[in-house]
Amino acid sequence: MTMTTNKAPSRLDRFRDSFVWYSFKRDRTAQLCLAVFLCLVVAAFSAPLLAPTDPYDLRQIDIMASELPPFWIDGADEQYSLGTDAQGRDLWSIILYGTRVSLLIGFGAVILQALLGVTFGLMAGYLGGRVDAFLMRLADIQLSFSTLMVAIVVGAVVKATLGGAFYSQYAVLMLVLIIGLAEWPQYARTVRASVLAEKGKEYVDAARVMGLRSKRIMFRHVLPNTLSPIFVISTVQIANAIISEAALSFLGLGMPETHPSLGSLIKAGFDYIQSGSWWITLIPGAVLVVLVLSINLLGDWLRDVMNPRLYKG
Amino acid sequence: MTTQASAAAENHIPAENIETATPLLQIRDLKKRFSLSGDFLEQLRFKGGKLVRHQEHVHAINGVNLDISRGEALCVVGESGCGKSTVARTVMGLLSPSEGEIHYDGQRIDHLSSRQLLPYRKRMQMIFQNPYASLNPRMTIQQTLEEPLRLHHPKWNRQQIADKVEEVMRSVGIDPDWGKRFGHEFSGGQRQRIAIARALAVDPEFIVADEPISALDVSIQAQVLNLLMEAQHERNLTYLFITHDLAVVEHFGTRVAVMYLGTVCEIATTATLFAKPRHPYTQALLSSIPRLEDDRPQHIRLEGEVPTPVNLPSGCVFHGRCPYANARCRQEIPLLQMQNDGTRVACHAVEEGRL
Repeated sequence: MTMTTNKAPSRLDRFRDSFVWYSFKRDRTAQLCLAVFLCLVVAAFSAPLLAPTDPYDLRQIDIMASELPPFWIDGADEQYSLGTDAQGRDLWSIILYGTRVSLLIGFGAVILQALLGVTFGLMAGYLGGRVDAFLMRLADIQLSFSTLMVAIVVGAVVKATLGGAFYSQYAVLMLVLIIGLAEWPQYARTVRASVLAEKGKEYVDAARVMGLRSKRIMFRHVLPNTLSPIFVISTVQIANAIISEAALSFLGLGMPETHPSLGSLIKAGFDYIQSGSWWITLIPGAVLVVLVLSINLLGDWLRDVMNPRLYKG
Repeated sequence: MTTQASAAAENHIPAENIETATPLLQIRDLKKRFSLSGDFLEQLRFKGGKLVRHQEHVHAINGVNLDISRGEALCVVGESGCGKSTVARTVMGLLSPSEGEIHYDGQRIDHLSSRQLLPYRKRMQMIFQNPYASLNPRMTIQQTLEEPLRLHHPKWNRQQIADKVEEVMRSVGIDPDWGKRFGHEFSGGQRQRIAIARALAVDPEFIVADEPISALDVSIQAQVLNLLMEAQHERNLTYLFITHDLAVVEHFGTRVAVMYLGTVCEIATTATLFAKPRHPYTQALLSSIPRLEDDRPQHIRLEGEVPTPVNLPSGCVFHGRCPYANARCRQEIPLLQMQNDGTRVACHAVEEGRL
């Protein structure tokens, strides 16, 4: 018998024994991606410490130092390692701050999506019948509005009622709201599908026979067993949300230029790309690509690891 | 028609039987249909230039009457798809009946809301077929066993709950030290013991066991069966035991109900049924038990297959395969009739003395 020792394994021990950790130890791509991603996150959130200037502080901006090239090109000022943008802001500082804004919006939007999507998906899958039909039609309708349209509508309504200044002030919150509202159906559908699979299992019947309320069965019994697909979809959705935010900002529907995200930086530099100042667009662009790529590759790895067809457990 | 049928059937039960001992569980004319036609829009069909609503149902149970007295183990046998599990799940309120009533201890329970049903949940519990699916993979054994206690004894403190969990784990032969482990760390037999412990934790008086040993290894089956019998002896339990294993029935049951295509065709005490099966289907079923002493088994071979429960045959559901069927069997649904030894049989041939 294998259970001769009666000491129960702790959570850490179980993680060390798990297939996730085993697979991570052997997968160089996943390790590299996690390292890059963590570097970006740490750099972004310690921006006030790392950045030589505060790009939000107008007093530190010198308009005479605008459009300076990065250090490896002639004419660079060594004070600005990656050059400056059209307003004379230090590109390195503003990329750090911009990455922070992008990550905040990405994570915030995904948390909102997950809250809405998981709740609706659980209810649709577990309660079934009319609740299911109603919520899934709602999801279909929501999906037929693109993120862009939601952004235009919300932006127009907020700007018209509360004014442009208000919108700029709460732009991060607005974008979280827009991207979160526009893309919850992805979660709802995934969760519903796995809830339908779990609902047929006998442990759910056992919980019902016990007399537990639907709410408790949904959140305590069914939800923990649908976590793997939620995990996998979350990585993809964070990358998607960051890209959506960049796209909205590029179109002028997102972050204002005073508090730029990576997307608004790309947009701001886009006007100068023809005049030779390519770095204003391309360097934030490269950061965005690396960020999204590392998240997507991590998501791919996670999907392989958690795919029950490849590995059962 | 069916309500009349059941009324007629009940008339054959001697009056003193009903009055002296109110059965713990009474199932009256239970019917359960499952729709095959999807939602309203999918049901609409064009027929002869008109839109008509077309519905199809699987008739899983068609008018089942069963009484279960305190302290007995009523076994329900029948082949796959005959509705035994549906009866079990309907009794436990996992499915709501399409027609008919279920009475527990004299109270009707089939129409109660889940909150009104809560006191009954403590008195009746269920053991499931597949021990690999009936334990939540994300919960430890301790959590699994504590959950029903927390729900049904909200006033108990931590120590009382822990003591009860330990007691119930010991009573099913599981070491209480294993409580911090997860279901997948146990073997099938151990998991089924844990599932039994979960059912016993709230001290029920009635247990529905839906093929509790059929997913287990043969060497483990006897252990779990003995555990169930011990529990019955110690806790004075009443069982509704669903199975298709006739050897188990002979060992375990006090009475047996034989089901075929959603109807009960014979109810008898175990000894009577095995000694003297009356219904042609029961006879065929019992003749199929492999016996060591036979070198030339005398199986009764039934022709054809079980008819589809979507379009039920007219008359007796068994008439298409019954060697004794006549014109009456093809038209009239037979009712359960009391025989002189207490057996109840639903068969025209038995009633007419042709068999």
